[in-house]
Amino acid sequence: MAQLLHQLFSGLANGGIYASIALALVMIYQATHLVNFAQGEMAMFSTYVAWSLIDWGMPYWAAFLLTLVISFAGGVIIERVVIRPFDKAPVLASVCVFIGLLAILNSLAGFIYTYTIKPFPSPFPEKAWYGSVYISPHEGGEIVVMLVVLALVYAFFRFTPLGLAMRASAQNPVSSRLVGIRVGWMLALGWGLAAATGAVAGMMAAPIVYLEPNMMGGILLYGFAGALLGGIDNPWGAVLGGFLVGVLENLAGAYLVGADLKLTAALVIIVGVLVVRPSGLFGRPVVTRV
Amino acid sequence: MAALLETRSLAAFYGPTQVLYGVDLDVAEGGITALLGANGAGKTTLLRALCAMVRREGAIRFGGGRLDNLATEDVVRLGIAHVPDGRGTFVHLTVEENLRLGAYARRDKAQVAEDFERVYGYFPRLRERRWQQAGTLSGGEQQMLAIARALMLRPRLLLLDEPSFGLAPLIVRDIFAILRTINREDRVSMLVVEQNANLALDLADHAYLLETGRVVMGGTAERVRGDEAVRRSYLGY
Amino acid sequence: MTTVSETQPPTAARLVAGLPLATWRRIGAAAAAALALALPFVASSYHTFQFTQVIVYAIALMGLNLLTGYNGQISLGHGAFYAIGAYVTAILVSKFDVPYWATVPVAGAVCLGAGFLFGLPALRLEGLYLALATFALALVTPQILKFKDFDSWTGGVQGILIDKPDAPFKLPLDGDQWLYFFCLAIAVPLFWAARNLVRGRVGRAIVAIRDHPIAAGTMGVDTAIYKSLTFGVSAFYTGVAGSLGGIVTGFVAPDSFQILLSLYLLVGIVVGGLASISGAFFGALFIEFVPTYSDQLTDLLGDRAKALPWAVFGLLLILFMYLMPTGVMGMLRRLGFWLERKSSAGS
Repeated sequence: MAQLLHQLFSGLANGGIYASIALALVMIYQATHLVNFAQGEMAMFSTYVAWSLIDWGMPYWAAFLLTLVISFAGGVIIERVVIRPFDKAPVLASVCVFIGLLAILNSLAGFIYTYTIKPFPSPFPEKAWYGSVYISPHEGGEIVVMLVVLALVYAFFRFTPLGLAMRASAQNPVSSRLVGIRVGWMLALGWGLAAATGAVAGMMAAPIVYLEPNMMGGILLYGFAGALLGGIDNPWGAVLGGFLVGVLENLAGAYLVGADLKLTAALVIIVGVLVVRPSGLFGRPVVTRV
Repeated sequence: MAALLETRSLAAFYGPTQVLYGVDLDVAEGGITALLGANGAGKTTLLRALCAMVRREGAIRFGGGRLDNLATEDVVRLGIAHVPDGRGTFVHLTVEENLRLGAYARRDKAQVAEDFERVYGYFPRLRERRWQQAGTLSGGEQQMLAIARALMLRPRLLLLDEPSFGLAPLIVRDIFAILRTINREDRVSMLVVEQNANLALDLADHAYLLETGRVVMGGTAERVRGDEAVRRSYLGY
Repeated sequence: MTTVSETQPPTAARLVAGLPLATWRRIGAAAAAALALALPFVASSYHTFQFTQVIVYAIALMGLNLLTGYNGQISLGHGAFYAIGAYVTAILVSKFDVPYWATVPVAGAVCLGAGFLFGLPALRLEGLYLALATFALALVTPQILKFKDFDSWTGGVQGILIDKPDAPFKLPLDGDQWLYFFCLAIAVPLFWAARNLVRGRVGRAIVAIRDHPIAAGTMGVDTAIYKSLTFGVSAFYTGVAGSLGGIVTGFVAPDSFQILLSLYLLVGIVVGGLASISGAFFGALFIEFVPTYSDQLTDLLGDRAKALPWAVFGLLLILFMYLMPTGVMGMLRRLGFWLERKSSAGS
């Protein structure tokens, strides 16, 4: 029983990270109907930026916040410079651009920081009052951080005029222009927000998986699985999906397929969802007009 | 009365295909101008051209300034509200959110709150449904919402594309009555595209007739209504 | 636009420097063939090995192009089929003593089946979603290959070694030269078959499905069968390539088949030219030699340059999409037409 609870909580902790990535993916998908294959590498690069800041002596939370700001700016710039020219291009062109971005970010990180694995500090101490047999302080703290971030993002979209404008732009760009919204900039902001959300995921994951250029590959896959499971056009479904995938992954790894094939379980979820119910648990079914 | 909106030699294109040819059109300040014509005549395209939603050439003057080099968002910010065909409601957002978006471009918060009240005054049914998802409203209610959203901009000019489309006659009558009131009391000028020529000519004081992308006739509503050819083709008697 | 009054006598067809474009194309092809045949005798062992790898990649790219370029189904996971082909060959050779040349068709057949089977659920996935699913497949492939329970078959992380074959019938060729001709002898008929396929009825159906699946369906094209079969045939080609690749390098291990491979293949068809069978060779040249030259920069810039090929790929992928979306073959075709027009304008 203790084992099960431990797996459950550990799964939720991982799930928080996957939920963040899933949210970032859905934010971009909602606005552009494209899947950002480079989301993981963007998060990884942000984490390296944080590492540099901490290495230069900045206290953890200051570095954390500054990294969020830098990631946000980075996301905006990437959208305007790299992605924007292809907004009317066919799907394959966009996919190629994302893959290209993935490659560039991965190798840039490898070039600047080398491929040696680096440890990344956790802001939560080894032993603390909120740790227990079931859940380590980092896992517990990380879940709280994730929930805070997700709550902030939710509040932003739900209660602020800018958030409303961004939601409107994603749903109906034509009508949005007709009320004076600069849809292009909304898109860029969406990317910025997605980049910042991904950065949080990266910084929370790094203490566990260690910092190296390929750290986000598996996490990205779980993020995809979570986003698809929850509904690729539903941000909160995707968050739920992320947590679900985290728990399922852990349970499957412990009781079903063993740790080695956990990633394969993600593949099965992805293909399964896409084939059985592409709109996911909470998404809206897409109607194609002939 | 001075012309609020003037187009000279306006042409519009969908890709390489030209659909509007040399359109000269005026909308008087405080007036209502109707745009008549059959399906495919180019009426919707004309409204879209005014809002930079399609490629266009030619001169467009609004309140003294030029519109022809502005993007849609900037045209809107000058005070032109467009109620598109199909209504363009944000179907996944609530009624209240739709209206709030209508006022997105404005900075005067106090007046926006006033306008909420005014708009709910014109359309009490919207107030009843303010927290409902816009997509769940009936056709008539969505049309009201679309017009209400446009009014939230406090526009100087309201562009309406087929406001009667798909609506029951009673609802249409109500809506057109409200449009008349808005024009009179809030001094909002209007350019109304309508296939229902009778309805349009009742509301408007001026009218233009479009046929395959060209203006073939223009003048006061009286004159257009009295024209023999128009009567036969568009008014049915 | 030429007006009707400008009739040209039939014999004075548009010429480039005195010859019709079609003749130039034939000359080009003949020159390339001559070069290809002569190469192993003039190049070093290592270069011959590299060009053999180019041929192998070209076969894989032909397969991927059939699926993605012509049929519009985006696969980011073709590395998986390459891996299956390689492992089939490696297992048959090392465990069952099957002669290496016999394993190639078997690898192809296995991949044909695997591709067709994967193509069935793929029918329900459009563009992006298929890209996502195949991306996941590619990420997962090394993990599946390393799975402990399969170790006795796959050789685990260590992989499987195969001996390099010698030339048969005591031909006066060394191992590298023989393998080069072996792969070339397989590539040529496959190239010819693919070319005929895309130029015929089947090819038109496949392209129709890419451009307007609903219209194609209403015209009587059985979309489902065509799409699954295309997946199968595409996997066949890539599986054959994987098998040959395994024979040529003599070593098959899970880490050779990371997501990188699938992405390299994608870059290859983009650079060579989507919907072009001939473009496969240009794409293959690109994939083989760009990493090699980037490696040489390692000497200058130290170990970090390991990252460079990846960066170059990424950059080139984006630039190609922006500047040359039709790839090298597209460029060559346009160049040909431009030269044609210039010559006839001058005359």
